[in-house]
Amino acid sequence: MYVPLVVLIPTLGAVLPALAGRQGRAGCAAVAATASLAALTVLLSVAPAVMRGEPVGFHVPWIPQIGLALSFFVDGLGLFFAALILIMGVLVIVYGRYYLAPSDPPGRFFASLLLFQGAMLGIVLSDNIILMLVFWELTSLSSFLLIGYWNHLAESRQGARMALAITGGGGLALFAGVLLLGGIAGTYELSEIIGRADAVQSSPLFGPALALILLGAFTKSAQFPFHFWLPHAMAAPTPVSAYLHSATMVKAGIFLLARLWPVFGETEAWFLTVAPIGLATMLVGAWIAIFKDDLKAVLAYSTVSHLGLITMLLGFGTKMAAVAAVLHILNHALFKAALFMSAGIVDHETGTRSMARLGGLRRAMPVTAALAVTAAAAMAGVPLLNGFVSKEMMLESASHAVYAGQAWLVPLLATLGALFSVAYSARLAGMVFFGEERHPVDAHPHDPPAGMWLPVAVLVVPAIVLGLWPALAQPLVEVVAAAVVGGDLPEFQLALWHGLTPALGMSVAALLGGVAILVVYSPIDRIRIALPRPEAKAIFDASVRGGAAASQALVRTLQNEDLTRYALVIMLATVALGVFGFLTGPHGAGTRAMLEPSLPAVVGWGVLAVACGIAVVRHRDRLLLLLVTAVAGLVVSLTFLHFSAPDLALTQISVEVVTTILLLLALNLLPKTTPRETGAPLRMAHAGLAGASGLGAGLLAFAVLTRDYVPISDYHLAQARPGGGGTNVVNVILVDFRGYDTFGEIIVLGIAALVIFALLELSAKARRAAGWAARAPSYRTGSAHPIMLVVTTRLLLPLVLTAGVYIFLRGHNLPGGGFIAGIVVGIAFIMQYVASGYAWADERFHFDPQRMIAAGVLLAGLTGVGSWAFGHPFLTSTHGHVHIPLIGDVELASVLLFDLGVFLVVVGTVLLALATIAAVESIGDRRPADDRPAAGERRPIPARPVRIEEEERV
Amino acid sequence: MEMLVASAIGILTGAGVYLVLRRRTLTVVVGLTLLSYGVNLFLFAMGRLTIDRPPVLTDGGAPYSDPLPQALVLTAIVISFGMTALVVVLALRGFLDTGTDDSAIREADMVRGFGPRHLGTEARKD
Repeated sequence: MYVPLVVLIPTLGAVLPALAGRQGRAGCAAVAATASLAALTVLLSVAPAVMRGEPVGFHVPWIPQIGLALSFFVDGLGLFFAALILIMGVLVIVYGRYYLAPSDPPGRFFASLLLFQGAMLGIVLSDNIILMLVFWELTSLSSFLLIGYWNHLAESRQGARMALAITGGGGLALFAGVLLLGGIAGTYELSEIIGRADAVQSSPLFGPALALILLGAFTKSAQFPFHFWLPHAMAAPTPVSAYLHSATMVKAGIFLLARLWPVFGETEAWFLTVAPIGLATMLVGAWIAIFKDDLKAVLAYSTVSHLGLITMLLGFGTKMAAVAAVLHILNHALFKAALFMSAGIVDHETGTRSMARLGGLRRAMPVTAALAVTAAAAMAGVPLLNGFVSKEMMLESASHAVYAGQAWLVPLLATLGALFSVAYSARLAGMVFFGEERHPVDAHPHDPPAGMWLPVAVLVVPAIVLGLWPALAQPLVEVVAAAVVGGDLPEFQLALWHGLTPALGMSVAALLGGVAILVVYSPIDRIRIALPRPEAKAIFDASVRGGAAASQALVRTLQNEDLTRYALVIMLATVALGVFGFLTGPHGAGTRAMLEPSLPAVVGWGVLAVACGIAVVRHRDRLLLLLVTAVAGLVVSLTFLHFSAPDLALTQISVEVVTTILLLLALNLLPKTTPRETGAPLRMAHAGLAGASGLGAGLLAFAVLTRDYVPISDYHLAQARPGGGGTNVVNVILVDFRGYDTFGEIIVLGIAALVIFALLELSAKARRAAGWAARAPSYRTGSAHPIMLVVTTRLLLPLVLTAGVYIFLRGHNLPGGGFIAGIVVGIAFIMQYVASGYAWADERFHFDPQRMIAAGVLLAGLTGVGSWAFGHPFLTSTHGHVHIPLIGDVELASVLLFDLGVFLVVVGTVLLALATIAAVESIGDRRPADDRPAAGERRPIPARPVRIEEEERV
Repeated sequence: MEMLVASAIGILTGAGVYLVLRRRTLTVVVGLTLLSYGVNLFLFAMGRLTIDRPPVLTDGGAPYSDPLPQALVLTAIVISFGMTALVVVLALRGFLDTGTDDSAIREADMVRGFGPRHLGTEARKD
């Protein structure tokens, strides 16, 4: 019941240090430590039950459709890791309070630390694996903040980015792997997946799932070849390094391997991949650590090495190896955190972490030296310290491992790893604390305040105790290891002395060999430097640069700010898709009976072909282009009429009129001809592509037309009258069955009109250009507004308005409706603008198209909402008969109001779009209003900066 | 008849594609218009071809042509109009602002330091 609190207290508590930022380091640290201790208290309250072997769970469904649940469970493994995280957290917070400089912002530091702590707790306590992934990503993000804490340092930023790229990338792989795993197991709850190991192992997706999950775990735990991010993350403040890289972040991958051990652990694939990668990591990390000069770099590579050791133990797939892994996780956390904090103290006191500049510090800082040397000895595996016990068990497990049929291979390499480990531990302790006293001259090193060394002591004392009496850890290790293997454990006894075993011999060899390496250190180092060494950071940087360059090259090629290129890409892709579909699909002749071609159809086809031909060949004459386009549109509307679609024909022909007016208005301001700009070969290529597109579209249409199908519109036909109250089924579909679509559509239309309005709010420069570009007709014809046109359009206005109302009203039962009526009425008004001029019309028409659009959308929406009042869903229609005097019995449907909304939007759109362009045209009319030339006088050609005349010459 | 309609769709599409690939904005707009004629006709053709049977219910109860593609195409026509109006005004505004109706953006007309040409050219901070 209280389990989620363990995770939520630190995660949500992360805001508290941020708010307490003004209270300084002490205040922030106190708040953060309180949150950690509170979480620890809750955790310990469930510990007795868990230690008895009764896991505690908590489950609330979140999004059950995708298997996501807010579920946590505490078993031995979860308890162990959570306690480790929280206890280390408290120590690091105390240490950090003294470590931070007064100039470092404490709020950000402790807030990130708590967030990270909460995320780690989430990983180890989540039962749902998707929830665990969320926390997994959260650790990547919060560790990014922590590593990059000193964001004024380039190496901090680079280290943080690298860590994020590697662990975040691994997180993506893990995501895929976990989804596969959940899919195979049929559940996303870890506690259930563990019980379905057989189903997972026999699935064909077992391999991919394992590979992806391992990728996530290996990147997080810095396993070879992803080990390189960890040393670069050492740019973080030392408390962060101590926390992230000893006990938490890098142990997340180890945790995952341990958690999924019952599912994968005893398979062949697991042993063949995990064990050698762990072994390689152990060797590579330890080898590099021997030769590093920076204290923290030595510790970083030694961490890599020890993580490899644990991974290898888990990879062996035997239960005893799993026990050894659990013990070593505990031991490593103890001595490694102590060493990191000691390194921080040395750095703090002397101002350097370079081992070459340090020496003999045991006299100046005896307490620190005693603690650090003990911890280093534990790391080396010196007897009577905790590291010895787990290293013995590791060597014992290794001595039984047979890889690739070679019984000597793993034991030899494992001994070699232990040997390297002794070498770097001894070198670190010896160079810093023994020998001649050396440190930077201006430093006066001495032991730090107790707040800094006490946390170290708290870690070193158990390392000694567990080294002397390993049996004290027996109950804890038993519970945790039982949770890892998910079953009974073999009998084992943690003890200091196991008799004269092969492992003891290997251990002695490692201790002696490690010291021997230091004796011949210089020649070995010279040989190492002479050999080629791959520099991981350089490779990483080069691959990042390569990826960026490749994506830039791709973007620059595809997105070259040239519309023609974009269009070309789209068309090519479409044609390629079509070709693919054609080649992969079956294609035979259709069986549907065809109609006989009629004479009007043949004539219409001919007109269309000629119009399109002219459009292609003579497109540089823009007026001609617009005219033939209008002809094509006319043929299209006649086609609709011919094939039983009167509504479409009406719509198409009225839209055609508006579009043509619009394009002509635009042309008045644009160049009147198009220059020839593409060479013949390119034109041929474009023609080829166009031909292919046309051929494809035509063939596809023909294939469909010659095949029968089962329409889904029988429902609409049957329900139009009883359900929608109208006989024009197309209109009933628009305003009733598919009313929601139409509602969305008129909103889009209104937005388009408003955008047009906004686009034509011209800048001063554009206004001047428009003034010059618009050729006021008066200068050419002598009369801007031919009297015949003026009179005719004014006479037509009331007639067209009446027709509009008629088309609107009959729409529900006969061809017509809001769309068509709206366009027709729009045309009636636009004709006045065209014939009588913008100024004349603007003075007389006192309606605001923008309000009209708004009113239309509102009306349509309210009609829909209105049906709620009667307990029906949005846009449910009703209808009935109304008797109107003089007109008679009229069947009215509530959708008439909806259609009125459509009508208003369409009228508003047409008026707003065209009137706005007309307003721009009129700039040219108004400019010379004062000096309007006398009849017959030619308009002077103004000198102008715009490039219009160039196009016109061509 | 089916042959005529299908080839008309092909002709409209081909002419539209060719014009869309030209280098001036108005030509591209007209190309889009032709293309949308072709597309609308194509969508309409999905309801197959029927003569003299409009989907207006009568007492005769005759078979009707499929009203659903018609309704879809009706909205498509109106939306095409909205789109055409928008792009032609966009083209117009571009011409008035820059003095050219080229479909490629000239370097001088770009917002400074913006766009893919400038990718990777900003000073590397680290």
